[in-house]
Amino acid sequence: MRIRISHATTYHYDTPPTGVTQVLRLTPRNHDGQYVAHWRVDLSDNCLVHQHEDAFGNITHAFTAEGPFSTLSVSVEGEVETQDTHGIVSGTIERFPPGLYLRETDLTQADASIVDFAETARAANGGDTLALLHALLAALNREITFDTDPTHTATTAAEAFALRRGVCQDVTHIFIAAARQLGIPARYVGGHFYRADGVTAQEAGHAWAEAHIENLGWVGFDPTNGISTTAAHVRVAVGLDYLGAAPVRGTRYGGAGESLKVAVNVAQARVQAQT
Amino acid sequence: MAAAFDEMKGQDGGVRPAYGELARWLGEVPPDVLDYRRREAELIFRRIGITFAVYGEADAQERLIPFDVIPRIMAASEWRLLEKGLTQRVKALNAFIKDIYGAREILRAGVVPDDLIFRNPAFRPEMSGQPVPHDLYVHVAGIDIVRVDADTFYVLEDNARTPSGVSYMLENREIMMRLFPELFSRHRIAPVENYPDELLATLTSVAPVSASREPNVVLLTPGVFNSAYYEHSFLADKLGVELVEGRDLFVKDEIVYMRTTQGPKRVDVIYRRIDDDFLDPLTFRPDSVLGVPGLMAAYQAGNVTLANAVGTGIADDKAVYSFMPAIVKFYLGEEPLLKNVPTWRCREEEHLAYVLDHLHELVVKEVHGSGGYGMLIGPAASKVAIEQFRAKLKTAPKNFIAQPTLALSTCPTCVEAGVAPRHVDLRPFVLTGRDRVRIVPGGLTRVALKEGSLVVNSSQGGGTKDTWVLDG
Repeated sequence: MRIRISHATTYHYDTPPTGVTQVLRLTPRNHDGQYVAHWRVDLSDNCLVHQHEDAFGNITHAFTAEGPFSTLSVSVEGEVETQDTHGIVSGTIERFPPGLYLRETDLTQADASIVDFAETARAANGGDTLALLHALLAALNREITFDTDPTHTATTAAEAFALRRGVCQDVTHIFIAAARQLGIPARYVGGHFYRADGVTAQEAGHAWAEAHIENLGWVGFDPTNGISTTAAHVRVAVGLDYLGAAPVRGTRYGGAGESLKVAVNVAQARVQAQT
Repeated sequence: MAAAFDEMKGQDGGVRPAYGELARWLGEVPPDVLDYRRREAELIFRRIGITFAVYGEADAQERLIPFDVIPRIMAASEWRLLEKGLTQRVKALNAFIKDIYGAREILRAGVVPDDLIFRNPAFRPEMSGQPVPHDLYVHVAGIDIVRVDADTFYVLEDNARTPSGVSYMLENREIMMRLFPELFSRHRIAPVENYPDELLATLTSVAPVSASREPNVVLLTPGVFNSAYYEHSFLADKLGVELVEGRDLFVKDEIVYMRTTQGPKRVDVIYRRIDDDFLDPLTFRPDSVLGVPGLMAAYQAGNVTLANAVGTGIADDKAVYSFMPAIVKFYLGEEPLLKNVPTWRCREEEHLAYVLDHLHELVVKEVHGSGGYGMLIGPAASKVAIEQFRAKLKTAPKNFIAQPTLALSTCPTCVEAGVAPRHVDLRPFVLTGRDRVRIVPGGLTRVALKEGSLVVNSSQGGGTKDTWVLDG
């Protein structure tokens, strides 16, 4: 599938800031089943952008824009050719052994109820890791109601699990917390998802998890959609949790009254987009 | 536990040579004079305001660390041994940290287990594969040393994160020179006053290659609410560098600048006394207001040196510590000159079983702990305390190590009833620059003021002493 993606983040300031510093993780890389045909990053401000690669192999862009300005926009667009790999992720840059992805982070710490949830799944599925992960996937897809209201970017897995509500970030954190609790290395993936229902305009990027299974390697699990990853998933950045893969991390000097608009469009290339 | 070795009286009760003059003087000086000087010292400390805060106490007000006026003395020959051992240890620490963030040879060789590193909260994945200026990580190390007899020193802890306490070393010396000039005239004591010069030389030497010929060094503090703020301002003053907080710095195009009244000034070396977690909200804790947004990008671009490097806390981990003898051998091909205290790693089943059976005779510590918090001293603990600890240990064995209770050496110390032996340790400060390793002779001697107590931490009722290394 050839997927065309545009992702624009626009900040508006009532009182213009004197400067904004950001680090972006918005640029996908090639791996088996994913080929980036073209991709570009644009800033509304005319400043130097420094491209690097972080320790996890993600491409980062860092910049400091000097104000004052009342709007700042960061947009990326490009096309990615994908193939279904049955969820198996290979050909990626791996700088760490899978065991690193058993680390606990603040956002993915398993509390007693997540431990309980994970252990219940283990009791029902025994020693087969793949079956166990599919059970977690199905259970979370069933139990967590998609709701953009109650959670935010700093919501932890435990908080979202208690609410049984959240967005893809939350359900992914819960999945990761549960998998790590079971001794299965798991990580956070930020990216995009092409919807089969033809809706191309989205309010945010997508997120899912990858878990490491012996003999299979990394496998993508999308608990929001209750599926393994497919040709509809475009993988952009990976981390221990949202913070490690966040599309934008930034800070503002001065200014006030910031509002943020994110516009994401994921469509099949060469197909007329329906919005 | 055997009787402790007294550094003045030695094993046989005679006075050891280094203490000859001091013992004579202690014999001559009237008790009220000693007491008067002791109170005078306290007054001076209060006046200069050298205080610290104790975390976790309801009235976390600033406290004075008790200062003991009787110096601790080491012979030149003793110091030479320590100096060699410390230099070796810090070289190994630097090689180790460089390796685990780089080639990971020690892990591949199976000398240190993978998961001890990769699952360690003090390991910073973000540093992996990222070069640091001059390949140096631990510019300032505080190595805690204890002594058990005339010839045996052990390293108790490595502090490679942000070791503190050096201001006490300097203040203690200054006060002793003011109060006891007659003692100084009777000894040839190696100076410590040059520590700030040595520190500045070290920091300057590790500036990035792109820095100007006179690198701009600053000291980054979390601010006045930090328990070591006094030390931060004291050191900045002695070094003659700017004391800055995160908000005084900013990053533009991967270069760090300091805001000044004359406009932005480039910063080359940051002696940071702020934990990794708070350094840069764009890389670590997003809620940190103490750090500098974008600092890590500047660091990874090689445009600024952080001293110490990010991620050095891995060496402070007490389970990692237990591998230090093997680490020294692995990188230097040498036998370690300084011993490690034998350590049981509760993460290993056999070790745990032994520890659970011997809790009453062991010291059990948290691997990530510091400041003497969260530890059990078996021989001194009540049955209830031991049982509580046993439960903790069983729930999370990975978080603990255990060591035999060492009979720390004692030194004569002023107490209510006159002069009596009290247990001590020593924290020398080891500076590693691009050119060489520098250690001022001495360090911070901490003393457990309570009779029989082995806990020297200031947060637990410990005091400090001036440490004299005799010249020649």
